[in-house]
Amino acid sequence: MSHSFDEISQQLKRRHRKSARLKWASMGALGLAGLFLVLFFADMLSKGLPAFQQAYINTEVRYTEEASRDGRQAFDQDLIPLISRTVVRVIPLQLRNNPEMIGTSEQRWMLATSEVDQYLKGHRNRLSDEEKAEIDERVAAGQVDLRFNKTFFGSGDSKIAENAGILSAVVGTIMTMIVTLLISFPIGVMTAIYLEEFAPDNRFTQIIEININNLAAIPSILFGLLGLAIFINFFGVPRSSPLAGGMTLALMTLPVIIIATRTALRSVPDSIRHAAFGVGCSRWQVVRDHVLPLAMPGIMTGSIIGLAEAMGEAAPLIIVGMVAFIPDVGASFTQAATVMPAQIFTWSGEPEQAFVEKTAGGILVLLSVLISLNAFAVVLRKKFERRW
Amino acid sequence: MNSQAPVMNQQHTPDVAQPYTRNEQACHDLSIRVRDLNLWYGKSQALKGLNIDLFQKNVTALIGPSGCGKSTFLRCLNRMNDLIPSVHIEGLVEMDGQDVNAGKMDEVALRRRVGMVFQKPDPFPNSIYENIAYAPRMHDLVSRKADQDELVEKALRDAGLWNEVKDKLQEPGTSLSGGQQQRLCIARAIAVQPDVILMDEPTSALDPISTATIEDLMDKLKEQFTIVTVTHNMQQAARVADYTAFFHLGEIIEYNDTKVMFSTPAQKKTEDYISGRYG
Repeated sequence: MSHSFDEISQQLKRRHRKSARLKWASMGALGLAGLFLVLFFADMLSKGLPAFQQAYINTEVRYTEEASRDGRQAFDQDLIPLISRTVVRVIPLQLRNNPEMIGTSEQRWMLATSEVDQYLKGHRNRLSDEEKAEIDERVAAGQVDLRFNKTFFGSGDSKIAENAGILSAVVGTIMTMIVTLLISFPIGVMTAIYLEEFAPDNRFTQIIEININNLAAIPSILFGLLGLAIFINFFGVPRSSPLAGGMTLALMTLPVIIIATRTALRSVPDSIRHAAFGVGCSRWQVVRDHVLPLAMPGIMTGSIIGLAEAMGEAAPLIIVGMVAFIPDVGASFTQAATVMPAQIFTWSGEPEQAFVEKTAGGILVLLSVLISLNAFAVVLRKKFERRW
Repeated sequence: MNSQAPVMNQQHTPDVAQPYTRNEQACHDLSIRVRDLNLWYGKSQALKGLNIDLFQKNVTALIGPSGCGKSTFLRCLNRMNDLIPSVHIEGLVEMDGQDVNAGKMDEVALRRRVGMVFQKPDPFPNSIYENIAYAPRMHDLVSRKADQDELVEKALRDAGLWNEVKDKLQEPGTSLSGGQQQRLCIARAIAVQPDVILMDEPTSALDPISTATIEDLMDKLKEQFTIVTVTHNMQQAARVADYTAFFHLGEIIEYNDTKVMFSTPAQKKTEDYISGRYG
């Protein structure tokens, strides 16, 4: 029995409608996700970009004897409330290092208080009307201005909002990541090589495999508890140190690296292995000379993404004490340090208005580091991708 | 040089004494001796009591329908089956008077003497030069760069590829055509000067012209090497092989001089297969 075209197209119409509905639904989901992403970035950029600028006041600084004891004495009386409290220590320190400057004076851009900064940026502030008028006047004269915020990128945390910077957190993150990489990369890659290329496929290795996959899905805060219990309490690794944090994050990154490496090894075609065995390679030679070079781009990509994930992690590091207040840039792996996400977390809890933009600015720095890392991973993969 | 009729596996349980003694006399020509070889993949038996003598500097073709065990048998000769965990092997595969499956035999040493060429050309993803030079360097056959260059040239010449690639040795091996790649793989196999070269359907992925080139090459290479080849193509077996073994359901039904086998097969099954009635 045959059907006419009309009957068939009648039935087809229903099928076409169905697929059109599905198509619109999935495009809608994609659009929604894109919209949220745009909103998120717009919000972060509008809040965070102002943090990269800071109010400065151009004024005469008189390096008198009094100023070498109390830095505030170097300025006009009416300016003192507007200039950052940091001068109390900064100017005497400068004069102690350069005694020949005492008795001179110069015209300098000085850091203003965060209240002035917030006023210039149009945010909530606690300035009196006279102070506002004073600032407006000096703005008109070009003596108060928003300039590039060297402090934010050049110094560590501070309780004085205008003096707080992200550098100590950046350095802490770098040191923590070095520890994480040095521990998790070799162990993870070797584990994956053993499991994929050497281990027999039996119940024991299957159990190991299941456990590794489960580890990758464990809430990261549990790794923090493990790090606290094992590394700090049992092995006595210094609390808050990049060493403790890096070891804790290494635990978290290990399963990611193992899984990525196994996937990369598995994607190397068996024909390469057989060819290598065929010319008389031992198992290790097959892996070292033929399988690993082909799998390397995949391994690197997976490891970088694993590291990026660890870099954005705050919870486990809070537990091992890396939310400490760190005003100075860290110098060793066993000294207390903090990391970018923990720094952002700390700032987000500060009551002062100026810290809102610091928080968003910190997020922007973290995001750009993560995006560059991911871009680097993509470039690496493209560059070393080989045909076979 | 091989006037003797080779050993045949007449039945499941061949009379061991009688047919083999003749070949013991011809042992100077013998390359690989196989006795009562059984192989299981897990529980299913793939090779059933094989007996065969492979002769030096001859081409032996293994023919038979798909799944008859000819490739499995081929891989027994250089222990590539070791890579499959579920495989269990019993019986004797003897080369140079030594059991290749014995504990003291190192499979790396065996594969150094028994090279292999696979169905699909599989050059390493390196340069043409490196494809050839890798194995000799690994086996410490060459130390100086000049020796290495010489060896690469010789292997490529023997594989009939030198004139085509001599100007582009540093280009990737995968940039060659399929037939050239397969000859590169043959050059790679002969670069370590093995005694035996196993070929697992070496031309099944190639066009007719490349196939003819490889067949001519096999004819030339048998002056230096013992060649065992698996083929689905009966004309190819008839063209290149001195001896042919017909496999069916894991057994060797018939093994004889190729001319004899193709003109007057002793077994009904062989005749049916050769004349294209099944397979």
